[in-house]
Amino acid sequence: MDSVAQPILFWIIATATATCAIAVVVSQNIVRAATWLLFSLGGTAGIFFLLGADLVGATQILVYVGGTLILLVFGVMLTAQGPFITMKTGAAEWVISAVVGLLFFGVLAVTAFSVGSVAAKNDGRLEPPGRTVKEYAPKLNLVEASKSASSSAILGQGFLGVGVGPAHLNAKGKPERANYLLPFEIVSVHLLVVLIGAAYLARAKRRRRGTA
Amino acid sequence: MGELLSGIFSSPYWPYALALVSAMLLIGFMLVSAIFSVWMERKVAGRIQDRLGPTRVGGKFGWLQTLADGMKLLVKEDIIPASADHFLFRLGPYIALVGSFLAFIALPYGNNVVANDMNIAVFFMLAVLSTEVFGVILIGYGSGSKWSLFGGMREAAQMVSYEVPMALCVIVPVIVAHTMNLSDFARVDPSAPMLESRSLMWNWYIFHDPFTFCAFWTYFTCATASCKRAPFDLAEAESELVAGFHTEYSGFRWLSIFMAEYGSMFAVSGIACLLFLGGWHIGVLPDDISNLLGGYNGASNIYLWVLGNVVNVVVFIAKGWTLVFIMMWVRWTLPRLRIDQVMMTCLKYLLPISCVLLMGVSMWSLLVPYVVQKYFPWGMFAACILLGLMVLRQMIFWAKEPPGTGMPGMWSMTGMSSYQGAKPK
Repeated sequence: MDSVAQPILFWIIATATATCAIAVVVSQNIVRAATWLLFSLGGTAGIFFLLGADLVGATQILVYVGGTLILLVFGVMLTAQGPFITMKTGAAEWVISAVVGLLFFGVLAVTAFSVGSVAAKNDGRLEPPGRTVKEYAPKLNLVEASKSASSSAILGQGFLGVGVGPAHLNAKGKPERANYLLPFEIVSVHLLVVLIGAAYLARAKRRRRGTA
Repeated sequence: MGELLSGIFSSPYWPYALALVSAMLLIGFMLVSAIFSVWMERKVAGRIQDRLGPTRVGGKFGWLQTLADGMKLLVKEDIIPASADHFLFRLGPYIALVGSFLAFIALPYGNNVVANDMNIAVFFMLAVLSTEVFGVILIGYGSGSKWSLFGGMREAAQMVSYEVPMALCVIVPVIVAHTMNLSDFARVDPSAPMLESRSLMWNWYIFHDPFTFCAFWTYFTCATASCKRAPFDLAEAESELVAGFHTEYSGFRWLSIFMAEYGSMFAVSGIACLLFLGGWHIGVLPDDISNLLGGYNGASNIYLWVLGNVVNVVVFIAKGWTLVFIMMWVRWTLPRLRIDQVMMTCLKYLLPISCVLLMGVSMWSLLVPYVVQKYFPWGMFAACILLGLMVLRQMIFWAKEPPGTGMPGMWSMTGMSSYQGAKPK
């Protein structure tokens, strides 16, 4: 792809994606919100295609657009008391979601901008200085597998329970590195709870014999 | 000529021009294909129902009928119901059309005729074709009509279920061919022996082993359902839902819904051709026809090579339209299923079948001896030819008999004295 066309296409797709993402939040009709979500996720897939990551882009469409579809169907089936019902969002919900959103945006922005500076310090490599995979995982036999590991591999190992990041002293006074196994498991259990909750909400509501 | 061509190719604007031209060609092909398919649908429906179909517009076979229909639809009043969600009502047809059209980007028509030769073309096509159903649901919901909503919801349930066996059936030939690039399914390997060339009919993946053979039929059934064609057209069941999800549409919007449907019919047929039926090959030549005429990549004669590619494209489109014709044949022959029967067909039969096929094809390449693997396609091919000849013989035999003879039960005409055609022997 040409170096002139790529930034132009990127800005067009990125602007459209961001605009649609904002529209998801502000629209009050759940089906319209799902439609904007479709465009937003489709735009993300477009960025993947622009980067030449065809597999990720196609997976994005298949998984997330398919997921939005289910969301839309549930939205229609669960919330529709009358035609085209609108959902009112309270002021407190706006404040909470704005704070969470801004914090998340801040984390993403800091990460995004720090990648460039880390790479500049390390002659283009993305590993943080002095913290290569070889150093912190010598026992787990992951070294051979991830000799050319980038920062994403480090993060993945953090999810597996391997200590990553700077060392700090634990309660017994031994140096230890953080891992993300516990938060990861908490999130997955949380998703399971959401799944069961959705099944509970969507179940056929039959009245028990005798009580009626 | 050569200098001019190389000048054009090296120009910095060449990629943009190429992208524009290929996009226009694809849109043009999709629309012309839809026009032809609608005409064919009317002719096929007419012949199957013992009528003539369109006969007058445009001469002998009514071949301009669709164009006349299109003009009529363009000048029709564009009605949006007062109770509709205007935004979603307008948006739905475009999403359906875009979802159907995007699939054509990765569909190869010939050895070198493809807009974007993706590594994961078949996966990409399945992914974007699944977005078409989103448009259908928006159409059903946005119309603000109960008939449309029922149609849209049925379509959602049907699509979400049928996508699973369809994708599993696509994996079966992918496992055999070790690739997801659609061009590679039909591309001839120059180092392979002549009798094992991909272009010869018995080397097509449908004959590769019993599991790919069954996978073709399962895939085609699921593809018919995913295009919401009869007997799976519950979403537009006119006997119960007026016209289903597109009840409230008229004019150009209605037209674009149908463009999307006929577009995706050709797209799934094209996938079936490439995966199972040898893509753009005629089936009797030992090599790609463009390579035979003009050498590899036009080494000996560039014009004959281009001609060979044109032949490839024509053969591929003819194959695709043949499968579309079979979909029409099925539509006008079989009665519509009930919604519970549609779901049962998928979840109780097609899904287990496709899982067994997936297991089977993996076991085939691992456990079956090499000799069997090598000679099975020839036996399968011979058996299919024999079966086809027997069916043909039976059809000719039946066509000579007066109508009604040899048919069982209520179709039996023997003893009906008032019927003039069949005289009891």
